[in-house]
Amino acid sequence: MRSTLKASALALAAAFAAPAAFAEGHALTGDLKIFLDTSNPAPRATMEAMIGRFQEMHPDLNIETTVIDREAYKTQIRNFLTADAPDVATWYAANRMRPYVEAGLFEDVSDLWAEPEIAENLASTKGAMTIDGKQWGVPYTYYQWGVYYRKDLYDQYGLSEPTNFDEMKSNCQTLLDNGVKCYTIGTKFLWTAGGWFDYLNLRTHGYDFHMEMAAGDVPWTDDRVRETFANWRELIDMGAYVDNHQNYSWQEALPFMVNGEAAAYLMGNFAVAPLREAGLSNDQIDFYQFPAINPDVALAEDAPTDTFHIPANAANKDAAREFLRFVVSAQEQTEINNGANLGQLPVNASASIDDDKFLAEGFEMLSSNSPGGVAQFFDRDFPAEMAAEAMQGFQEFMVFPDNLDDILSRLEQVRQRVYQ
Amino acid sequence: MTVTALPDTEATPPKRGWYKRNEIAVTPWLFLAPAILFFAVYVIIPIFQSFSISLYDWDGLGEARFVGMANYQELVTDRAFEVSLWNNLKWLVFYLLAIPAGLFIALFLNQTVTGIRIYKSLFFSPFVLSQVVVGLVFAWFYLPNEGLLSNMLGWFGLGPVNVLGDPTWATYGIIAAGLWPQTAYCMILYLTGLNAVDPEQVEAARLDGAKGWKMLWYVIIPQLKPATFIAFVVTIIGALRSFDLISIMTNGGPFGQTRVLSFYMFEKALSEYGFRMGYGAAIAVVLFLIMLVFIAYFLFSMYREERGGR
Repeated sequence: MRSTLKASALALAAAFAAPAAFAEGHALTGDLKIFLDTSNPAPRATMEAMIGRFQEMHPDLNIETTVIDREAYKTQIRNFLTADAPDVATWYAANRMRPYVEAGLFEDVSDLWAEPEIAENLASTKGAMTIDGKQWGVPYTYYQWGVYYRKDLYDQYGLSEPTNFDEMKSNCQTLLDNGVKCYTIGTKFLWTAGGWFDYLNLRTHGYDFHMEMAAGDVPWTDDRVRETFANWRELIDMGAYVDNHQNYSWQEALPFMVNGEAAAYLMGNFAVAPLREAGLSNDQIDFYQFPAINPDVALAEDAPTDTFHIPANAANKDAAREFLRFVVSAQEQTEINNGANLGQLPVNASASIDDDKFLAEGFEMLSSNSPGGVAQFFDRDFPAEMAAEAMQGFQEFMVFPDNLDDILSRLEQVRQRVYQ
Repeated sequence: MTVTALPDTEATPPKRGWYKRNEIAVTPWLFLAPAILFFAVYVIIPIFQSFSISLYDWDGLGEARFVGMANYQELVTDRAFEVSLWNNLKWLVFYLLAIPAGLFIALFLNQTVTGIRIYKSLFFSPFVLSQVVVGLVFAWFYLPNEGLLSNMLGWFGLGPVNVLGDPTWATYGIIAAGLWPQTAYCMILYLTGLNAVDPEQVEAARLDGAKGWKMLWYVIIPQLKPATFIAFVVTIIGALRSFDLISIMTNGGPFGQTRVLSFYMFEKALSEYGFRMGYGAAIAVVLFLIMLVFIAYFLFSMYREERGGR
């Protein structure tokens, strides 16, 4: 009896307070449904702790969190965005969000980006969140790509971090002469080969050319594209990559590096955690930026950004906007991206970066040594269908480099259909 | 008959309701109604929907655009589709090996020895395993360097082979993995069939001097015809449904060489990068037409069987 009275009194109070609360951005009420794809143990705990802190700030808000397996999420998102939309959902930046933006399933959040707090601190990722001049979500983390290598092996054979393609190849030759593969890779799920194409293309022709390709303005049979593949072929013909890579996932390719059968791995920063868990110490693993190939081309990097969006069919958009503001705040960004949590880079310029050598090096590289620009990743910059066909072609090229002409003409056909 | 049974004392028979009068005719339909309803909603109507979606260019989210037969025209020139079609054919042909293999294991196990039930259940166990587990186990078995197969070949001085990484062999490797549980299934069908073999006929054949292969071919196998038919049906269906093993063992690769139609449809329409509902539906229609050939054959033979049985 007493509790019902209390509840109705609260509800009344909330109803009256609502207009005022809206202005203040506090005392949110109602339900907030959050869908997350952060199903790996560490990210999941990070997110749940972060939502817990948001809940403390807004005790009257009824938050309901659903964590979906990261791979399953990629196919489920189109169902729940149309049928039973949450108020907040995770996704990826750039072209990966385009189908949902074009179908009108993501809320335009340009108003958030107009607020000084976000406009000033998140400027670096604004481009990745923009389609048709509007912003469709906010980023919450990003991470560098680059070459992670076995420093002890490099030292053993007297090698140093390469700064150009010739050094990269001569390093590789030394390793091969000693029975060590230069690079481990597992292409079973294709996208890892996309990383190699990104870097070889960015280094051979630069960021602008790469983005022209992503936009469909360059035929795959163009001579400049062939130059990129010619550089790639040099590495393949040397035997730089581990054998039978088409059988392995990226995780299954890690043991080659751990066991010292391969010396380096072109990967995102998320590879560091499993390498450490496998027993490699900080003295054994190190990082270098992918070396320059054409000295006239400005260095550009891949740095995939993970994002939060508000579905267009969300019920509680006020609370969702407040949650997005909370996620990108400097304090939360410092917290969730530190080494104990996501171990990645904060998107907020006022946030501080955790004291971890890979994060420090990555941040340094992206903020001061990537004048060409920052790309997302092959399958986020290129449209889904083009990316799927192309990555399959890359895998085939890495196994049968002689099929190149056939692969390129096939990809050109796909390009003509996809971008029509 | 009912007329004579009616008592004479009753002058006018009680007026019966519509349902009572038509009870015999209506009741079966009432019992069938739920099944018909659900079969229509979940099977028949979607078939026609697939046909109609296959005429559109649609990403599953936005507006669908009518393109007529364009999806089918593209299929004709699509090499990945051609590869998938051939792989489906390989599955259909080689998966049938499960039938003779199952028969011979059944014949071998059809004896009374102590503990035969344990052996039978051991042979049957692969069918109980989830396809995902079978796929994983075989994927490890086939691993190029540390896998058991490469090691075993090493004993005979043969080099390591990469079954699942080689576009020519990968499909056969997956079919071999699929045969393991399917053989067990056929075996159990034949074991029950062997119980129904008439011992008198076997006795008579033996008196006539039949033994060995002749006994098997002319006496046993004809009597196993019903079991063979069921084994054929489930194996064909199993071959056309091969999806989970491919997804687990190779994910359609290397470079799409182990895809079958169902997997290709999934990739084009529903997977991470698949946004072509219309194209996927067109592939589904082709797969449906292939299945229709077998379905028609099965239905026809069952119909003939029923008529013959009467």
